[in-house]
Amino acid sequence: MTNILVVDDSTSMRNMVSATLSSAGYQVKEAPDGKAALGVAKSMKFDAVITDLNMPVMNGLDLVRNLRALPSFKYTPILLLTTESSSDKKNEGKQAGATGWLVKPFNPEKLLATVGRVIG
Amino acid sequence: MSIDLSQFHQVFFEEALEGLDIMEQALLSIDEPQFVDDETINEIFRAAHSIKGGAATLGFTQISDFTHVLETLLDEIRQHKRTLLSEMVELFLKSCDFLRDTTCQLMQDLTPELTQGSELIAAFEKMLQAVEENEDSSDTYSEMNDSISSSVVAETFFGGMLNESRSSDEKMEGKNMAENSLIKSSKEEVIDKENELGNGAGDGKTWKIYFKPEPQILQTGNEPFRIFRELAQLGELEAQCHCDLLPDFEELVVDECFLYWTLKLTTQASRDEILDIFEWVIDECELTVELVSPEFKVDQSAAEEKKDNLKGIISEEAASEDMLKVNQSNLGATEEITSNGVTSGAKGDAATIVPLKESSVDPLSNKGQERVPLNSDESDSKKIIDKSKQKSIRSNKKEKEVVDRGGASASSIRVGIDKVDSLINLVGELVITQSMLSELGNDFDLDKLERLSNGLEQLRQNTRELQESVMKIRMLPISFAFNRFPRMIRDLSNKTGKKVQLTLKGEHTELDKTVMEQISDPLVHLVRNAIDHGIETPERRVALGKNEEGSIVLSACHQGGNIVVEVSDDGKGIDPEAILEKARDKNIHFDEAETDPQKIFDLIFEPGFSTAESISDISGRGVGMDVVRRNIKDLGGRIEVESKIGKGSVFRVYLPLTLAILDGQLVRVGDEVYVIPLVSIVESLQIKSKNINSVSGNMILYRLREDNVPIIPVYKAFNISADNTELDNALLVVVESDGRKVGLLVDDLLAQQQVVIKSLEGNYKRVEGISGATILGDGSVALILDISGLMHKVANQKKKPKRAA
Repeated sequence: MTNILVVDDSTSMRNMVSATLSSAGYQVKEAPDGKAALGVAKSMKFDAVITDLNMPVMNGLDLVRNLRALPSFKYTPILLLTTESSSDKKNEGKQAGATGWLVKPFNPEKLLATVGRVIG
Repeated sequence: MSIDLSQFHQVFFEEALEGLDIMEQALLSIDEPQFVDDETINEIFRAAHSIKGGAATLGFTQISDFTHVLETLLDEIRQHKRTLLSEMVELFLKSCDFLRDTTCQLMQDLTPELTQGSELIAAFEKMLQAVEENEDSSDTYSEMNDSISSSVVAETFFGGMLNESRSSDEKMEGKNMAENSLIKSSKEEVIDKENELGNGAGDGKTWKIYFKPEPQILQTGNEPFRIFRELAQLGELEAQCHCDLLPDFEELVVDECFLYWTLKLTTQASRDEILDIFEWVIDECELTVELVSPEFKVDQSAAEEKKDNLKGIISEEAASEDMLKVNQSNLGATEEITSNGVTSGAKGDAATIVPLKESSVDPLSNKGQERVPLNSDESDSKKIIDKSKQKSIRSNKKEKEVVDRGGASASSIRVGIDKVDSLINLVGELVITQSMLSELGNDFDLDKLERLSNGLEQLRQNTRELQESVMKIRMLPISFAFNRFPRMIRDLSNKTGKKVQLTLKGEHTELDKTVMEQISDPLVHLVRNAIDHGIETPERRVALGKNEEGSIVLSACHQGGNIVVEVSDDGKGIDPEAILEKARDKNIHFDEAETDPQKIFDLIFEPGFSTAESISDISGRGVGMDVVRRNIKDLGGRIEVESKIGKGSVFRVYLPLTLAILDGQLVRVGDEVYVIPLVSIVESLQIKSKNINSVSGNMILYRLREDNVPIIPVYKAFNISADNTELDNALLVVVESDGRKVGLLVDDLLAQQQVVIKSLEGNYKRVEGISGATILGDGSVALILDISGLMHKVANQKKKPKRAA
């Protein structure tokens, strides 16, 4: 069972991502912001995390930093799902410890291909 | 593998509208634009950003393109590159309106009207240009351009993986990555060489890839292993590992990567497709990708290097291998890994330790001599994917049509998880009660009677709680209806030059969603009236010794089984004399002797009444208050006015909590049971013959204290047979509707109970005098009387025979 944590403050975006992943047989947990995600992350293990950058309460970069500090997330692939396509933002994401990124707008095939890349 | 994204349209629309409300509220909260705080701007930005993301994903380019421009300006403000001006706030507010309209049009499957959008975009672009001139910093501007173009680029970029139709030049150009990376040969050279070597090679080109990651690459979850696996999917891959940088065992850090590789990839894929695979690590590695002749062989001698350090290598491999496992299982105890490394290293046999379980690709192997063929049927599978994609697109279209037809009018509701949890909890209790009762029924004897009645009592309680809980799901805080008013007040005060302060009270009061949707328009009308007719101009207010700024209060609270919504202002109030005069002008029928101000105020709800001297575009459009009252009546509510000249007016709207459940009085007429809404009942009495007053025609009046109440025999109205057709001693239920009283002649009064309203129109057809139906405890259907409809029906029935005669 491959578990993926999907974090986005937009319900429609979260629903789309998680429906796409579930349809491909992944087990998905959702969280509406970084803080909630961190809570979920502490309670179970995930094979990958997909997070939005700009969220209330705790943003995506802080979430990545916090996750990387957890022993169980030290090497977990973390993908940023973002509309920010400037390389500044991507570098900031990398610095924080993100594995890679997925640029919105995504389409289901693209999403699955990218997730497939990081999960064996 | 495909997902029909159209199933998310509804959620997106609702979310977009919510986001627009958030934007609007945040914008309205800005008093001094230049000192706006970061959090407010961030909130607005975030809302716009989410809308853009969703719209782009779902293909609503009208929305995403527009929001992009909006977002660009917001982003500059957010990053303090430019100051927020009040013109911008106005422009943002107009954008909210435009986006709201566009969203609603899309929701109804209409083609959105985009003229306003283009105008707004032009205005935004003017502002963005202005920044450039004023601050003389081409920085901001170019950056904005950059972000626009790079988003296009990103699209191309990603499209590249699946869409090979785009030319590689186009991709090359857009790709910052290629420029940033440490590729040594110049672009032109590469392309030349590419053409030269690629020509005629039917089974693709051969690439030499030198990949030397920085040690910390593993710490972002990027495994070289993954990268090689992906490369292998492009064609045939041979990997050779260089181990010369491996430190001595004691100095080895397990989660750092000391290995680097030379790879030979034979593929039909373009250089960009190869670079795409390295996209995430391009800044953390040395990478060269160059075309070589197919005869190129990965250097094998390197594999033999540092043979003397073999033990260390083995440990590293073992450690790395374990680490990769650790990676995959998300365990990260460094000590454990190290000790594993030592033990497995001690075995001393590299070959048994090295192979990774998943695949024949072994990036950590130093067995570079052996060619590891990594054939992939990628191209075949790609074709299959393409085909299935086309199919799914076609079937998506079909599905979409079906969904659209079925779901056009379906709206959804967002419910707090606590409400759902309490429901689940209650259902759990219901199940327990049910199982208790069925166990009791298995071998029932009279000794268990008490337990049975206890059980039934429990069932009753469960059901009531469940009912309340379910009703709560439909309840939303009235702030949903109130939220539009700050914006409206702002616009109206700009338009009229009147200063108005709006106060909202009791926004958390919950109201049924349907009631909420239908009360919104009447409330808007009342608030507009308050500004237009109530609040005086600032000069006039000052002259009257009032605060220059007028006040409008919108409040909501529970009162019994009702919600009371008040719209009050501290304006000039309503002059009863003026109303009477106007009513005479407009030939509205009223009693000249009337002195009760309440009755006089009620005249403003008569059709055709308007107190404004001139018709303004704000409120006086002739339809006015009679429509307001009718709408409220349709909801089963009523409206009252209270006003003092010079002090202001209060419009009080009483609404039922819900439209789905009704407190009813059950009455029997012949074999039929009818439900009379409890709210409309004034009293029930036994007819005394001395009070019966037959006047001309077939109208019978009953003298009830000082009123004469017309009697409607229900059996006659519905043409059924009744037990009792004599008036004397019969039961009369006096009900009130539209300010008039009538007495309903019934055979018997039964229980009072809550009934669940079922639509008669939906299940059968509309029947005059009946507002709906319900199912009683014994399973029979009872009709719910619509009092005003019944009055109308009876009045018509009386007219017809007259005409016939």
